[in-house]
Amino acid sequence: MVERSVMVYRRTWLILVSGFFEPLFYLFSIRIGFGKLVGDVEFAGRTIPYAEFVAPALMAASAMNGAVYDSTMNVFFKLKQAKLYEAVLATPMGSADVALGEIGWAVLRGMLYSTAFLVCLVALGMAPSPLVVFTLPACVLIGFAFASVGMAATTFMRTWSDFEYVPTVTLPLFLFSATFYPVASYGGWGWLLQFSPLYHGVALVRGFSLGEPTWAMFLHVAVLVALAFAGLTVAARRIDALLLK
Amino acid sequence: MSTPATVRVWESHLALYKRIWRSQLPSSFLQPLAFMLAMGAGVGSLINANESSEAVLGDLPYVAFLAPGLLATTAMLIGSSEASWPVMDGFKWNRGYESQAATPLGIGDVLGGQVLWWATRLLLSSIAVATVLALMSETRSIGLVVGVPAAVLTGLSFALPIAAWAATRESDISFPAIQRFIVTPLFLFGGAFYPIEQLPAGLRPIAYVTPLWHGVELCRGASLHTLGGVEAAVHFGVLGAYIALGWAAAYAAFGRKLHT
Repeated sequence: MVERSVMVYRRTWLILVSGFFEPLFYLFSIRIGFGKLVGDVEFAGRTIPYAEFVAPALMAASAMNGAVYDSTMNVFFKLKQAKLYEAVLATPMGSADVALGEIGWAVLRGMLYSTAFLVCLVALGMAPSPLVVFTLPACVLIGFAFASVGMAATTFMRTWSDFEYVPTVTLPLFLFSATFYPVASYGGWGWLLQFSPLYHGVALVRGFSLGEPTWAMFLHVAVLVALAFAGLTVAARRIDALLLK
Repeated sequence: MSTPATVRVWESHLALYKRIWRSQLPSSFLQPLAFMLAMGAGVGSLINANESSEAVLGDLPYVAFLAPGLLATTAMLIGSSEASWPVMDGFKWNRGYESQAATPLGIGDVLGGQVLWWATRLLLSSIAVATVLALMSETRSIGLVVGVPAAVLTGLSFALPIAAWAATRESDISFPAIQRFIVTPLFLFGGAFYPIEQLPAGLRPIAYVTPLWHGVELCRGASLHTLGGVEAAVHFGVLGAYIALGWAAAYAAFGRKLHT
């Protein structure tokens, strides 16, 4: 399943490459524009430039966006229009293989973006800690969790217009997961952030990137793993129900 | 007198929209609202607390600076997406334009009805965004009355040139590139989130020629009562030029596609 995707994307590599520019544009825009407006922010008791605060969050968010895009639109197309999975299930592969294969590809693709992003961070001198290398596995985990949930959600979609609702979920997650400003800014409503899966991803990536590991990170990892597992189970079951009637 | 042909084409777009408007709510209304909350209130509180921001914004709360800009960016996002895939749809997939052209309707009617519809759609969402701005004391301003038509023109100044481009294409492969390399950078660097004086000097002229910056300046200047008459005329003139040239190009492209 993964090999098939690799072969397909050999031809449309431009789409693959261009997806990387979006977080980069955000990063530059924030460095240039907001750097002066916001100045420095407090994080874990020390003062850091705003761009260093936002950059890891953008990395986490782009891992989410990439995974969601790949596991919703693309999977839906293969499911409904191209009838790809029916063809696959006619071979010795099962529905769990389909789910795992597609999610595996989404994760792989996300890993490419994350690596490129990491290289930029280091090159721009925005990642002060050597722990920054752990942001890569963290992003893989984020990608895995969102790809499974995205795939599970896709199996419930009926038409293309249902996809208008995807940004309705991902955009607020992107904006309100302590991405652009610290939890403290939410005042008494900070606890609500715990419900955003992206918040756990952001906290994880930011902690590594700024070199502030905490015990709470195990909790963040646990939340993302649970999400991935739940999404995977639902996706495999639904593919069974949809295709093996 | 019978209904003008252009209006009848417009009615067909309206009829479709009446069925799908719910699914359009997020992009035209909730997204700008989310940006306003996250950036205006959230990042805004960081910005207002920061001493050095005064050099850029003066006494202005950040949300008052940002909000009118979002009026223009929302129009750009809608205008550019409505003119890419849906235009290709009209020629290639559901062939709506071809069926219209098979009736006594001329090219001008098909395109005119489409443009009239885009203007309506932009007007509806601009009014929605302006209503939210009018509800908040920091962003309430009589200037929104000028901001709404300015936003509609901004949307059209993207829709028409993109429609002209889309009408000459055989596949939709270039559309994501337009979104990623033109629309998104303008959204971020076009002056909506911070004054373009912050950009490196080499990049500023690019912002000056793009229609978004003119739309942002119009909406913001009108809301904050800082817009001079000459400036306003220049900004409206640039948007008008984009629309006129885009319309001419789209007319030619629609004509080639429908009469061959």
